[in-house]
Amino acid sequence: MAEAVGPRASRQPFLERVGTAVARYRELSLFIVMLILGAIVAFQAPQFISASNLTQVSTLAAIIAIAAAGQALVIITRNIDLSIESTIGLVAFVVADMLAKEVLDVPAAMTAGVGLGLLLGMGNGVLVAVFRIPAIVATLGTLSIYRGLAFLMAGGRQVTLTQLPDGYTDAARATFLGFPVFVLVAVAIIVTIGLAMRRTRIGRQVYAVGSNPEAATILGIRTGLVVFMAFAAAGLLAGVAGVMWGMYFGTINATAATGSVLQVVAACVVGGVAIFGGAGTVAGAGLGALFLGFIQNALIILRLSQFWLEAIFGGVILLAVAADGIILRRLRRSKSNRRV
Amino acid sequence: MSDYQSAPGSVAEPPAPDPSAPAGGGGSTRLLAAFARWEVLLLAVVVAFIWIGATVSPVFLAPGNFGNLVAAVMEVAIMSLPMALIIIVGEIDLSVESMAGLSAALLGFLFDAGVPLPVAVVACVLVGGLGGLFNGLLVTRAGLPSLVVTLGTLALYRGMALIILGPRGISGFPSEFTSFGFGRIPGTPIPWPFLIYLALAVVLGFVLHRTWIGRRLFAIGKNLGTAQYSGIRVQRIKLQLFVLSGTIAALAGVLLAARFASARADLAQGMTLTVVTIVLLGGVNIFGGRGTIVGVALAALALALLGNVLRLTNVSAEIQSIAVGGLLIVSVLVPNLGRWLGLAFARVRGAPPARAGPGA
Repeated sequence: MAEAVGPRASRQPFLERVGTAVARYRELSLFIVMLILGAIVAFQAPQFISASNLTQVSTLAAIIAIAAAGQALVIITRNIDLSIESTIGLVAFVVADMLAKEVLDVPAAMTAGVGLGLLLGMGNGVLVAVFRIPAIVATLGTLSIYRGLAFLMAGGRQVTLTQLPDGYTDAARATFLGFPVFVLVAVAIIVTIGLAMRRTRIGRQVYAVGSNPEAATILGIRTGLVVFMAFAAAGLLAGVAGVMWGMYFGTINATAATGSVLQVVAACVVGGVAIFGGAGTVAGAGLGALFLGFIQNALIILRLSQFWLEAIFGGVILLAVAADGIILRRLRRSKSNRRV
Repeated sequence: MSDYQSAPGSVAEPPAPDPSAPAGGGGSTRLLAAFARWEVLLLAVVVAFIWIGATVSPVFLAPGNFGNLVAAVMEVAIMSLPMALIIIVGEIDLSVESMAGLSAALLGFLFDAGVPLPVAVVACVLVGGLGGLFNGLLVTRAGLPSLVVTLGTLALYRGMALIILGPRGISGFPSEFTSFGFGRIPGTPIPWPFLIYLALAVVLGFVLHRTWIGRRLFAIGKNLGTAQYSGIRVQRIKLQLFVLSGTIAALAGVLLAARFASARADLAQGMTLTVVTIVLLGGVNIFGGRGTIVGVALAALALALLGNVLRLTNVSAEIQSIAVGGLLIVSVLVPNLGRWLGLAFARVRGAPPARAGPGA
């Protein structure tokens, strides 16, 4: 507690101060954990830190990170978007299909894909903000509906790599100044949103709505509009992730990205976004995505069975949320101490 | 969250009688409210589905078909019962599908290792209870949000299933076991697991709606603080519900392995979604405090009928997920719209402005 100046502040036990520091600088501590784990894995298997491997890890993680950034916005407003994986899948298929049928050229198809994502996100936003359907119910519904639309359009077909325009999927493997293009895109998006969340009025309103919706309303914040915009932004970002998903995998059918909502939410939780809103950063969510991708890759590199992956993911989520719980309790206790 | 002004039951009842209305109007509005209950609407949906099914397909009303459509949803229907109780107390258990998968994998592993089947089944159900206990302890003792805890164990239990069994599929179970899974009660089209479902629904329905335990569950879901102050041991009840949910999910996993005559680690994948959909479609409030077992049972039946009708009419299976998602959204939208219309109507008639209920 930086501002807790006074006799009591110095009496804070060391562990508690470490705990609060970890809570304050979640992104930094996650980064440090990643460095330590990375060093251990690299010691066991030097090819882990080879350029080609790092590129591969970070490219797929970048896609999840963009989706997780959108999810973080929604979670910070005290909502959740379970439909995000269906949006990614639907956008990925529609874009690939339009390219295969040569309906649109590449830039137009990509724009259309992002626009479709925005539209689907706005659909969620209307259900939650206008019709007041609890987010978990509304997006559980659209999770089925959007996936159903993908199945309806695909009808069992798949778009293969050879049907796509030449060179379309090259961007997924391209680098710029030594960095994978996808990673640069993700970083640019996350930095932009992160700055907007800190510096703009709407950004701070997102936190206000998540911390205390009633108080935010009394303060004159149009909570409904803020929630709607968070869902719309999440849809837009899922659209971007969907376009990139199609480029990364090349061959796309209606089941694309099924189950990835678990990874996206896990990235947010691991990255320190509080599931009950009001706290967390987009950068944290992005780092969380990188962390999960990194664990997945480390398992492959260390030649451990892929069957351990799910169990480890689960363990990481539980650890992250348990750490949050402990820190939160400490913070509450030290706050109530101060009030006495 | 909810303030103490919303006394139990006030949500379902009509707003305070309009002073300008005749004094005798109370009775008829109450009757109207009884008919406007969600369960009645669901029943209408079920009847409508049966009517549509009977008109579009000649085999729909055949007893064998009825048995098939019931058998197809048995596991999700069984898991939806404890899930309803958990959601009523304001928590959620996303890990049920993985627990079912873990149970099936464990069953296959133990059977493969030569453990007698009855022992293996008991072991699986016990492991389910343990998994539920783990969820419950993290939620009640560590005070962590159940949404995240069970998201974690959703991955963890599935991972454990994969570690135990890997990509193998174990079959060769004795015929008594598999015929319990997909056989019918002799002389009837009813699948055996339906007996388990029926017993569970009756017991849980009775406990929820007719005993003090049920009243406590609703009290916890309606207002946690008040429940705690009135001496209800909230954490203990929640812990017991999570244990129940894990146990039943493990049982569902065993039934699934029996129905497919094969135990695999990826069984029941994606079922949580259907289970939660059934519960919410059944009129259980996602924020807790409201819901009935009858509603949940009707929702399971409606879902089974819908799937069956679509299959019989050769409508692509994809439409089914759109229809289910749409139903789920409409199920919350309609009561919301009804309440707003009621409020708007009251305002037009110059009644004192009614206070909107908290949240949705």
